[in-house]
Amino acid sequence: MSNTAIQVEKLSKAYRLGIINHNMLYKDMQRWIARLLGKDDPNAPFQAKVDRKNDGELYDGERFWALRDISFEIGKGDIIGIIGRNGAGKSTLLKILSRITAPSTGVVRIRGRMSSLLEVGTGFHPELTGRENIYLNGAIFGMRKSEISKKFDEIVSFAEVDSFLDTPVKRYSSGMYVRLAFAVAAHLEPDILIVDEVLAVGDAQFQKKCLGKMKNVSTAEGRTVLFVSHNMSAISSLCSKGVLIEKGKISFYGDVQSAIDKYLMDASENSPEKMIWTSPKSEYPFSNIVKVSRYYVEDVEGIIPAGTLFNSRDYKVVVEADILCKEPDLVFLLSVYNDDNSILFVSDIHDDGDYNKEKLVPGKKKIIIPFPVHLLANKNYSIELSCAIYHKGWILLPDSGQRLKFSFVRDLDKGTKHNETHHPFTGGSRPGTIVPVLKWEIQTQ
Amino acid sequence: MEKTNNTTQWSTIIQSKTGWFDISMSEVWKYRDLVMLFVRRDFVSVYKQTILGPLWFLIQPLFSTLVFTIIFGKVAKIPTDGVPHALFYLSGIVCWNYFSSCLVKTSDTFVSNAGLFGKVYFPRLTVSIGVVITNMISFLIQFLLFMGVLFYYYLAGAAIQPNLWVLAIPLLLLEMAALGLGTGILISSLTTKYRDLAYLATFGVQLWMYGTPIVYPLSQIPQQWQWLYYLNPVASIVESFRFAFLGVGGVTMSHILSSIGIIILILVIGVIVFSRIEKNFMDTV
Repeated sequence: MSNTAIQVEKLSKAYRLGIINHNMLYKDMQRWIARLLGKDDPNAPFQAKVDRKNDGELYDGERFWALRDISFEIGKGDIIGIIGRNGAGKSTLLKILSRITAPSTGVVRIRGRMSSLLEVGTGFHPELTGRENIYLNGAIFGMRKSEISKKFDEIVSFAEVDSFLDTPVKRYSSGMYVRLAFAVAAHLEPDILIVDEVLAVGDAQFQKKCLGKMKNVSTAEGRTVLFVSHNMSAISSLCSKGVLIEKGKISFYGDVQSAIDKYLMDASENSPEKMIWTSPKSEYPFSNIVKVSRYYVEDVEGIIPAGTLFNSRDYKVVVEADILCKEPDLVFLLSVYNDDNSILFVSDIHDDGDYNKEKLVPGKKKIIIPFPVHLLANKNYSIELSCAIYHKGWILLPDSGQRLKFSFVRDLDKGTKHNETHHPFTGGSRPGTIVPVLKWEIQTQ
Repeated sequence: MEKTNNTTQWSTIIQSKTGWFDISMSEVWKYRDLVMLFVRRDFVSVYKQTILGPLWFLIQPLFSTLVFTIIFGKVAKIPTDGVPHALFYLSGIVCWNYFSSCLVKTSDTFVSNAGLFGKVYFPRLTVSIGVVITNMISFLIQFLLFMGVLFYYYLAGAAIQPNLWVLAIPLLLLEMAALGLGTGILISSLTTKYRDLAYLATFGVQLWMYGTPIVYPLSQIPQQWQWLYYLNPVASIVESFRFAFLGVGGVTMSHILSSIGIIILILVIGVIVFSRIEKNFMDTV
């Protein structure tokens, strides 16, 4: 008895390109007649094309291969994070696994009951009450009525909608709607649960509750979970293994942190934007006081990197500005943003006391901000410089959308050595938002 | 690691090509609660926020009967086998309504449920079966109306002879359901590729009604054309219905048997085509 929950073997899925409807009936009839007469299909030179398919080639005549020859196995009780860029084939894989569409070739074998949650509130009917919708939704997901009745109170209390049970769901707030829908799905008790990015809705507290529930489903109840998301922190906190899909193929399958690292590394390589900002216009407020011409990130060798940084190396942010007159209230701020555009921290020129104020005298200046080593985890970030005069106004407005994007990735050159940012067992990056290096001390008593 | 391809230990196998008769009726049975919840949903939601609610089930056949009585009975003077006009038309309308609503409402199963079908898997046939059962409820309401009118005319001494054939009503109902479902899912399967058929369905049903003895009795059809009605299974159902309750009509046993044969054939073809289409229709719809 093996412990495999899902076995995928040479799975491919092709979509026909272009207009589907035109002339289809005529061509289909030709095809049927040809098949009846035992001749070759006149309209499908498809087999011939497959033979000379070349790897990585997603287009092939009039077909597009969303997935190509994918094989993998998922063990019982694993929580798998599926990551990949838009259009990589994640959704197609989920659709095949959840039996919404059939593969073009290949086989998927599944052990146990499977439910997929590709969208929250699937099959909810707005006119029906919360109570009726719980039953309807549960049944759509394959539960018997008696099972739903057994779980009913649990679902209601998880969703926190007790007093609205007999109200049509069209009168629900969107938050209540989502909570109810997730609650039903979370109490399905399938052996395998497939979850697409449905957690993007609901407030932060509820999202946390959902993630907790999903984790619980897997660890306490031994169920298998497949989770697709672009939210790397959710993936890394929830999943134990990661599948990275690229251009219809699996490019990595293994420890989740390594999968994320590889994903971020690829993502940054694919957008080699130099980390430099040059003033797009010449006129700014207070241009009689200061003109910021550009700012950029620089490594120790003085090279401007292209979006991929290593948190074990030294970098600095350099601002080039022309100061025209002494202004004691002039301030520069450096903001660091998370992947989700929330602000992580801000530092300004007065961090070091009033010492720098004295140096902001007229002339062309280089303002240098060293970036701390081993501070931020291996994730995506962006930085932005803003500039203002206290109590008077902004020169460079924060949140103006002009940011330098970068990701910290694992320093693969140092991969063999035990590095501060390594996870001791998996060798992946250390979990957490920040990865500071603390000075541990051992004293002999 | 050993590669076992022993299919019995897997609960689900997903692959591209399956046999022609790969229809899992046991799966539909597993989802029987869902069928009943669909019935409840459809029945309850249609008349929410309407004033008259389920009364609409009665208003529609009554008005149709009135219109038919005036146009076909009084103006065109088409004979009705000696049965009171209202009773004759109402009996036809009640049967035809059930069959046609089954057909029309199942014929857009795939297209109108694409949003739902694109997000979650369950046997698609449950939706169509749910529709057929939902319509059965409205049929029963209209049937009670028909019984009321029949009783009125019976007391008034009209020339009608209800007979033991009324016991065959469940069979007639089943025939209508099967035919409506079979034709409907066949059309819905084909409309995923060729949308034209959706227009053909609504238009075709109207034509079909005139090809069926609803506004005229079968006895009015010249002998040399009667064979055509053997090809139309609804004709035998309507005629049997009228014979059972009104004691008129010229339906024969061979007519009944041929229609049952055609219905089974259509249903089997419909289910086979439907289950082939349901696997991949999301790509073409």
